[in-house]
Amino acid sequence: MSRNLILGGALTALFLGAAALSFLWTPYDVTALDIPARLQPPGGAHLLGTDHFGRDILSMLMVGARTSIAVALVAVGIGITIGVPLGLAAASRAGGWMDELISRSADLIFAFPSLVIAILITAVFGPGALNAILAIGIFNIPVFARLARGAALSLWTREFILAARVAGKNRTRISAEHILPNIANLLIVQCTIQFSLGILAEAGLSYVGLGAQPPIPSWGRMLADAQTLVSLAPHVALIPGLTIVFMVLGLNLLGDGLRDHFDPRLRVLRT
Amino acid sequence: MILRLTLAAALLGGTAALAQQTDLTLAIQLEPPHLDPTSAAAGAIDSVLYSNVFEGLTSFTETGAIVPGLAREWEISEDGLIYTFHLAQGVTFHDGTTFDAEDVKFSLDRARAEDSTNAQKALYTGITDVTVIDPTTVQLTLDAPNGNLLFNLAWGDAVIVAPESIEGIKQTPIGTGPFKFDEWRQGDSITLVQNADYWGEAPFLTKATFKFISDPTAAFAAMMAQDVDAFSGFPAPENLPQFEGDPRFAVIKGSSEGETILAMNNKQPPFDNPMVREALSHAIDRQAIIDGAMFGLGTPIGTHFAPHNPDYVDLTGLSVYDPDRARMLLVDAGYAEGFTTTLKLPPPSYARRGGEIIASQLRNVGIETEITNLEWAQWLEEVFRGKDFGLTIVSHTEPFDIGIYARPDYYFQYDNPEFQALMKLLNATTDPAARSDMLAEAQTIIAQDYVNGYLFQLAFPTVADARLEGLWPNQPTQANDLTKVRWTQ
Repeated sequence: MSRNLILGGALTALFLGAAALSFLWTPYDVTALDIPARLQPPGGAHLLGTDHFGRDILSMLMVGARTSIAVALVAVGIGITIGVPLGLAAASRAGGWMDELISRSADLIFAFPSLVIAILITAVFGPGALNAILAIGIFNIPVFARLARGAALSLWTREFILAARVAGKNRTRISAEHILPNIANLLIVQCTIQFSLGILAEAGLSYVGLGAQPPIPSWGRMLADAQTLVSLAPHVALIPGLTIVFMVLGLNLLGDGLRDHFDPRLRVLRT
Repeated sequence: MILRLTLAAALLGGTAALAQQTDLTLAIQLEPPHLDPTSAAAGAIDSVLYSNVFEGLTSFTETGAIVPGLAREWEISEDGLIYTFHLAQGVTFHDGTTFDAEDVKFSLDRARAEDSTNAQKALYTGITDVTVIDPTTVQLTLDAPNGNLLFNLAWGDAVIVAPESIEGIKQTPIGTGPFKFDEWRQGDSITLVQNADYWGEAPFLTKATFKFISDPTAAFAAMMAQDVDAFSGFPAPENLPQFEGDPRFAVIKGSSEGETILAMNNKQPPFDNPMVREALSHAIDRQAIIDGAMFGLGTPIGTHFAPHNPDYVDLTGLSVYDPDRARMLLVDAGYAEGFTTTLKLPPPSYARRGGEIIASQLRNVGIETEITNLEWAQWLEEVFRGKDFGLTIVSHTEPFDIGIYARPDYYFQYDNPEFQALMKLLNATTDPAARSDMLAEAQTIIAQDYVNGYLFQLAFPTVADARLEGLWPNQPTQANDLTKVRWTQ
């Protein structure tokens, strides 16, 4: 196992664990305000200090991780469940009208900057975690569709696929039984990348007020709220900022590590 | 060498004397949607133009007193029905046309007209007739005595405009004031220049630029970097201590006419039940909101009236923070399980931060709120005009606006005939002592009816270069009157 994989895996596990733990226990209630105890520095009764309403920052980060991870996870889920079948379908009839339609549609969605469209969607349908999920999820569809199509295309010319076709399996079955397992590695790596982009997108949308609405804690909004307090209490902005950095870093390292791990050429080099 | 030094010193001294600044860059939070104060409710228009570009018959001073404006003196008939105004002479509009009684008639007729879009139309509908006696005399006839008339005429909504320039007023405002409109860079700034032909005392400044900065972080940065000379209505109260500790700046903590309220939709269940409204009033901890949202800046209020007004009655005792009582009232009102409602918040931090605090306090007594953050345009559309809300937080910055409680179609939809009759009586009364009593009664009625949750009087912090003087410390009306502003060194 590579260093990337271990470090990335550990960071990711840490955040997933914190989010999971927050369902059972947080140091403080995140919706309880304690105005007299606001802006306390890290250490003391509050491990990471308190924000401008006297809420415990550590507790908010734990519950905020839940929001971020849930949004990113569902958004990746949307991308995979819709994007991968579309990509496989396109590859199974390469050059056909369906391939054209799917590929061009994917290009079309790709042509728009994703965050801008996400802002548009949440502006039209109202801000909230659900619309943020939809907005981010829609942009995951073409990513997975393209990846699946590209990877599948190269497989369709291979002998074992030809053998399956000769054996009389139809294209859908071949896609599901032979192509999909062989591109799974690629998809998993892409998942971690899309997952980290999803976390960033959710933080960005929340930062501009279009993500999860108060009182649900969210990392992006914690940053936005801390904006005017930077000179007064830097930790209120630094801590959620660093949290986002480490979460995204962890996922990217994990992705890199997984790619190296799955890559047979590199596996040969390692041994 | 010595000679050269003295020369240099003399030169330096000379330039310092010459460098007496006569221009000002003043930042405010909101940009006006257009520049006609007589056809919109947006206070930002008055923030730029009131007393600078446009003048009324009477005007507000920085203390809220009413002084002569374009009308230099006036007589009131015995029965209080006829006001005769004697106008200032030799006044011209910025486009060179002369100002006379015809312009007054035009402006007031326009404000009262059937199709008028004047935001305070109701204030002027009691004027039945405007008669031009001669070019410098104009007579107003009322349908009933109105103790507030001179006050109402001082509002930015009653400034005098000219028929010659009314067409383009929204883009090029033409008034009679000491400053002329020069340029509007949309999204950035409005520049005014001194009006050399001003009829009154000339201002000290030759040029004034109003810059629009709504983001609290940008406001802090602009002020710290001295990109702007002053910020009127500084949006981030948490940063004030830093300016106070800096000798370059002066911090003026003035008061505004902004009664900040948790408005409840009186026609929408469950807020149509007075017990529910009373429960909410007891569920709210005002001091926590002032500390948490405004960093301690603001005065608690118990009714819709400014505490600095001599007629203010302290009714905060009617709605002390008592969550147990709130829960009991909810049980009595049939909401033992609590309920869920909407809380729609406009952009200012008093609303956004205050909203989170109130949501937490209400949750404490079993009321769940769904918070929606709205931009001003959306808020005006959904809440103010559409009346589609349960709760909202807003600061009512108009001066002396308790009369809005007599308007059943106003957005919080309070409909109490007793109060409406009292307001009618008040408007018809000119005796100061009787008016005081009636105002006290009016404040008590709306406090006892728990129409809204009365939170605090919005403070009006100004951060300015320490060398500036003459800025209004308070906001008796939304205005930045620059006529007395000058640099001291």
